[in-house]
Amino acid sequence: MDLNLTSEEQSFRDELRAWLQAHVPPPFVGDTTSEEGKGDYFQFLRDWQRKVCEGGWAGLSWPKEYGGRGAKLIEQAIFQEEWARAEAPPLINVLGLSLIGPTIIAVGTEEQKKSHLPRILSAEEIWCQGFSEPNAGSDVASLTTRAVVDGDHFVVNGQKIWTSLAHVADWCLLLVRTDPTVPKHKGITALLVDMHLPGVDVRPLKQMTGDASFNEVFFDNVRVPMSNVLGKVNQGWHTAIATLMNERAHLGTGTYVQFKRNFDQLISHARRMQRHGRSRGTDPIVRQKLAQAFMELEIFRLTNTRALSRMNNEHVPGPEGSILKLQWSEYNQRFQQIAQELLGPVGQLQGLDNGQWVYNFLRCRANTIEAGTSEIQRNIVAERVLGLPKSY
Amino acid sequence: MDFDLNKAQKLLQKSARDFFARECPSERVRALMASETGYDEALWREMADQGWLGMLVPEEYGGLGLTLVDLIAVAEEMGRACLPGPFLSTLWAAALIDRAGSEGQRQQYLEAIAAGDLKATVALLEEDLDWDPDGVRLRAEFDGRDYRLNGTKLFVTDAGVADLIICVARHGEDLLLLPIKRTSPGLAVTPTPAMDATRKFSTVMLDNVVVPATETLAFTTATRRALLAATEVASVILCAEMLGGIEWTLASTVEYARTRQQFGKPIGIYQAVQHQCADMFLMAESARSAIYYAAWAVSAGDPLATLAVSIAKGYCSDAAREVGNRGIQVHGGIGFTWEHNLQLYYKRAKSGEVLFGDATHHRELIARHIVDEAE
Repeated sequence: MDLNLTSEEQSFRDELRAWLQAHVPPPFVGDTTSEEGKGDYFQFLRDWQRKVCEGGWAGLSWPKEYGGRGAKLIEQAIFQEEWARAEAPPLINVLGLSLIGPTIIAVGTEEQKKSHLPRILSAEEIWCQGFSEPNAGSDVASLTTRAVVDGDHFVVNGQKIWTSLAHVADWCLLLVRTDPTVPKHKGITALLVDMHLPGVDVRPLKQMTGDASFNEVFFDNVRVPMSNVLGKVNQGWHTAIATLMNERAHLGTGTYVQFKRNFDQLISHARRMQRHGRSRGTDPIVRQKLAQAFMELEIFRLTNTRALSRMNNEHVPGPEGSILKLQWSEYNQRFQQIAQELLGPVGQLQGLDNGQWVYNFLRCRANTIEAGTSEIQRNIVAERVLGLPKSY
Repeated sequence: MDFDLNKAQKLLQKSARDFFARECPSERVRALMASETGYDEALWREMADQGWLGMLVPEEYGGLGLTLVDLIAVAEEMGRACLPGPFLSTLWAAALIDRAGSEGQRQQYLEAIAAGDLKATVALLEEDLDWDPDGVRLRAEFDGRDYRLNGTKLFVTDAGVADLIICVARHGEDLLLLPIKRTSPGLAVTPTPAMDATRKFSTVMLDNVVVPATETLAFTTATRRALLAATEVASVILCAEMLGGIEWTLASTVEYARTRQQFGKPIGIYQAVQHQCADMFLMAESARSAIYYAAWAVSAGDPLATLAVSIAKGYCSDAAREVGNRGIQVHGGIGFTWEHNLQLYYKRAKSGEVLFGDATHHRELIARHIVDEAE
């Protein structure tokens, strides 16, 4: 057991740190509430990812032969940590890089790899993921968007929902039903769909935060070439599982650094805010709550490190990885509640810290829903880790 | 970076698990609970033969010179077995002697401890039950040659069987560590039976107990730091024991949920039961993360070691109790009986929770670090 970085890991970190120092652009200035400003911000992020790609840092975990860096898991964690520390802008094509690219590498044809992978890395193609439907959420396999063969094309009809990035996406990894006569898992196909095709209609879905980062996507007789099947026809469930596993195994390192920054901000408020002539940070109840949150945040970091270390050494995820999603999502909800209690009336103000406490308080409700609800996570732990009988 | 037990440590853990399953089954535990001291001479000798009493003792004093990370692998198994006896107390005292003792004292005491010939404990708590050494008030009067001790120490672990009691006392502003033989005149040890009979507490009364100044543990300004550091080591060992108890409770609960049938199905098929078990697992893994970190930080001398220990003890204190609560709930009526072993672990979780400070105590220590320190 040694939590210090090896010299190899350290030199990876130093190289990345130097690159970030030289290349991270100044923060975007512009009004992201206007349509024009949103467009500018999108272009800003796209340009940033191109620069990252040119520097050789996009597709960190991808094999070298596909333009990646073949980085070890611990290096990926270091990457996320340094990224967050440098306050570098996010990579806009996050779904392409972390979920869809790896799936194409795993099951795609040579043609698909050649045509999409370089463009995913450079953000020439922004990708979204069309899995959830209005009646297929946790039970994704019950999806009903239909694809019917017509010559050498599939004709797609149906609706997807909660589709992140669809409003800017060029391509979609879409799950469709190609055989309704067999059990639900056996009649699904994964398609690579050009979002600019006629019949694709994207409608932004405004959330309770006021943002619209999710969309509804409607497909009306959209013709997709047969060559765009990812994997095999009617075996799309395997493709979907491979993708979802990537999503759930998603490293928590970047999340940790964001949370830690948010936590530190609250600590400075606790020191600064006064009540009865004393800093709020001297109140024993406030102290207990902040310490409890800190404890949970540290334990999330440590469990994440254990999971990384295990996957790095044994190449299989250990049981500790299955609780990471529960740990961070439920921590953040508890933490945002503590923040609101501490901040009091001003916690509701859009004017405090650029509205981030309002945004975080609302946004964290989605944490226990997105990427597998807490209920589904607990089912998975009970069945796959503890070996209890399947409940559904 | 590598954050797991290594192969040798895993093997060590496996052999400890087998050892306690064989040598300390629950019937043995219950028999020792009913005894006054919880001490089993034969078992103690065997543990000494395994080298476990001297794992942290440097090789020049007859120990194995291993690290706290190695030791927690074994301590977890002691918790899984609900092992009674003075192991934790003796290692707490040993850690203190190792840090505060002179060369001669280390030789004298540590060799005997590693060999299984000396059992020891530390007498810290007084009337206000403060784990902070600053709370120590017991006076040591000095006559130029000897210290004279008068007063009462409370909740002294295993004082009934310890050959040596290290008494924390105050002379003027200074903290003193005074080793006292249990047979010393003026020393009275009274057992105070408590909820958890696997851990034996006593009240220790000192009536003009004389300790020659030459026998005090090296008296320096670093006494307080040595006491805190030794208590950190003991706290991590205790946390690892508590983790073993958590793991036992989780395993028993999952097994019961898998086999107990109601409405024609195992109750573990119902999500209300599954989610209790999943939460218990989450707490077990979280505790493990915190303990591994604390053990590594202490043994590597990491600057954040003190904070790491408070995170571990703070988390484990609440988690061990809460896992017990959920375990009893899933077991239903049988989990509430005297006959079922759950009650042993439930009570032990409670005494472990309080020993070396509960979650509230450690959260305040954490707050001092994260809220006050940078100001």
